[in-house]
Amino acid sequence: MRALVLTVNRLAWFVPTLLGLLAITFTISHLIPADPIAFIAGDNATAEQIAALKAKFGVDKPIPVQLWNYVLGVAQGDFGVSLYTQRPIVDDLVGRLPATLELAFVSIVASAILGIPLGVLAAVRRNSWLDHALRVFTVSGLAIAAFWLAILFQLLFAMRLGWTPLQGRVDGWGPDVITGFFLIDSAVAGDWGVFRDVVAHMILPAVTLGFPAMATVMRFTRAGVLDAINSNYVDYQLAMGVPHRVVIWRYVLRNALIGTVTQLGLILGNLIANAVVVEAVFDWPGLGLYAVNSILQSDYNAIMGFTLVIGAVFIIANLLVDVTHGLIDPRESH
Amino acid sequence: MDGLLAVTDLEVGFATESGLARVLDHVNFRIGRGEIVGLVGESGCGKTTLARAILGVLPANSARIGSGAIDFEGRNLLDEDTASLADDVRGRQITFVPQDPFSSFNPVFTIGAQIDELMKWKSPAAEHGGGMRRYPRARRRADRERVLELLRTVQLPDPEAILRKYPHEVSGGQRQRLMIALALLPEPKLIIADEPTTALDVTIQAQILKLLRRLATDRRVSVLFTTHDLGTAYEICDRITVMYAGQEVESAPSDEFFAAPRHVYTTRLLQSLPSREHGISGIPGQIPGLVEPPSGCRFHPRCDSASAICRAGRPGVTVVGPDHLVRCYHPVEGGAGEAAA
Repeated sequence: MRALVLTVNRLAWFVPTLLGLLAITFTISHLIPADPIAFIAGDNATAEQIAALKAKFGVDKPIPVQLWNYVLGVAQGDFGVSLYTQRPIVDDLVGRLPATLELAFVSIVASAILGIPLGVLAAVRRNSWLDHALRVFTVSGLAIAAFWLAILFQLLFAMRLGWTPLQGRVDGWGPDVITGFFLIDSAVAGDWGVFRDVVAHMILPAVTLGFPAMATVMRFTRAGVLDAINSNYVDYQLAMGVPHRVVIWRYVLRNALIGTVTQLGLILGNLIANAVVVEAVFDWPGLGLYAVNSILQSDYNAIMGFTLVIGAVFIIANLLVDVTHGLIDPRESH
Repeated sequence: MDGLLAVTDLEVGFATESGLARVLDHVNFRIGRGEIVGLVGESGCGKTTLARAILGVLPANSARIGSGAIDFEGRNLLDEDTASLADDVRGRQITFVPQDPFSSFNPVFTIGAQIDELMKWKSPAAEHGGGMRRYPRARRRADRERVLELLRTVQLPDPEAILRKYPHEVSGGQRQRLMIALALLPEPKLIIADEPTTALDVTIQAQILKLLRRLATDRRVSVLFTTHDLGTAYEICDRITVMYAGQEVESAPSDEFFAAPRHVYTTRLLQSLPSREHGISGIPGQIPGLVEPPSGCRFHPRCDSASAICRAGRPGVTVVGPDHLVRCYHPVEGGAGEAAA
């Protein structure tokens, strides 16, 4: 019930937030001094030809009118056509979204599974060699540029050792698309050869993306655990002889996770920002690679579409975070 | 009275940035079976440290136990390993009522879940040994009945509903009633109550104290009750031990403690209570620092009767009456509590 009220409350903010995002991206794209029409028309185009192209794409109208038309279009699921390929942008986005979501999901789950217990260990044994080693590890995770790490991984594990494929999402065509998540699709089809291949392709990009995410999860879990360990309820349970491991892994951890969960929404934002670069390095056919190509071609309809979809993913993720937060912390609803 | 707990010559220090703080200086203290003993003193006198030392929960990274013994039913708790203390003593034979019932419940679990966890490990029916991971259903059901019964005994309305609530949903007085119930559930021999009412309203304090006294007396459970409030101690304690700056100075049955205190500090402490006759009179001087405390009797810099011998060494224990002990070279004469005023 409490979770339901919270969810509805947050959902009500979904549309206004998205509209705001849309207005901002639209304005920014139109302030960029690139001229995609000139690019399409070519060097030898006449003034009439350019005017005709502008009329065709609707860019001859005042900017507020363009924005209004764009909002109307988006409301009907029409994100415009790519200035470059002339294909509807919605088709491109829908086709590529699962690849990015799958990568992001695997990375974030792996970073939580590894980062949370390591964060607890670092806090329980604070100032031990383990804590110091983990601190060096997390600082590296946050400091190393993703594209550089990606290239190093490729050089070592794909080129030199040959343990993993160099790039791409799968060899050949991949499994028949049901959900667009290749791990699920190949498992559903029972095609374990393809499944293994998908996993092999995923390891390097997922580790590259997950490394900074794990570092953040670990840092916040450590801080949360340290905070909770010094509280009176821990003191009370230990004074009453409840076993130390039970107090830490059940009671302290749950309190510490409130902070970590709150961070997961922001971590996802960083992760997607990194995904743009990492997908480009690993030639991963997701939204990130699409965004890079669109930017290189000044294809601003595509860029806006990408921004909007990523914005929506981000908002939904934070909605989930809020709801989870409300479930973990009973004081939230007061 | 039959002895339950005897602390002998206990010395505890804390590592601080300015050096080792000598928080307990060869302290002697005892509790009889079924006895309610008040440990009284100003903030920083070491009463909480003594309570925590008995529980075995001094902060491991800063506390240093120098010498002494904590004899509980013939076993020296300082010699036992932490695992057996946590399993067998803490929460079973010695339980704890914390100072602040607001923050001593975990805010993100229901009260029922937290009581369940405690009963899983510490119910009288729970087997010993740390290997137990499951909470057998039959025992859980029996324990639940005991919990509800005890919650009714501590006069909590609608116990079933309270178990389903989160800590922030019940009042401070109710939380401290819960804490008292939790301390009684394992059927302990000793309850350590560390200033259990300081966080509560005055009106509720009296109710909680009477409840604690009645339940402890009914069940013949001993209570070590720390407080800085002499009035509170008088209300519920059989005997009172006074501490000053890490040294115990006097111990007497409550009535005699108030009628005929023998240590100068005790008389001064009693005079500092507000009264109609003489108003409030403070004790001149300040509590000494514990990193470099005064030699001998630590009260001597503030004591009118102090002489050279007080600076030279700490006075031994003098028996001045039945169950009345004082550590002073110049004890005030009997009935001096009135005379000094």
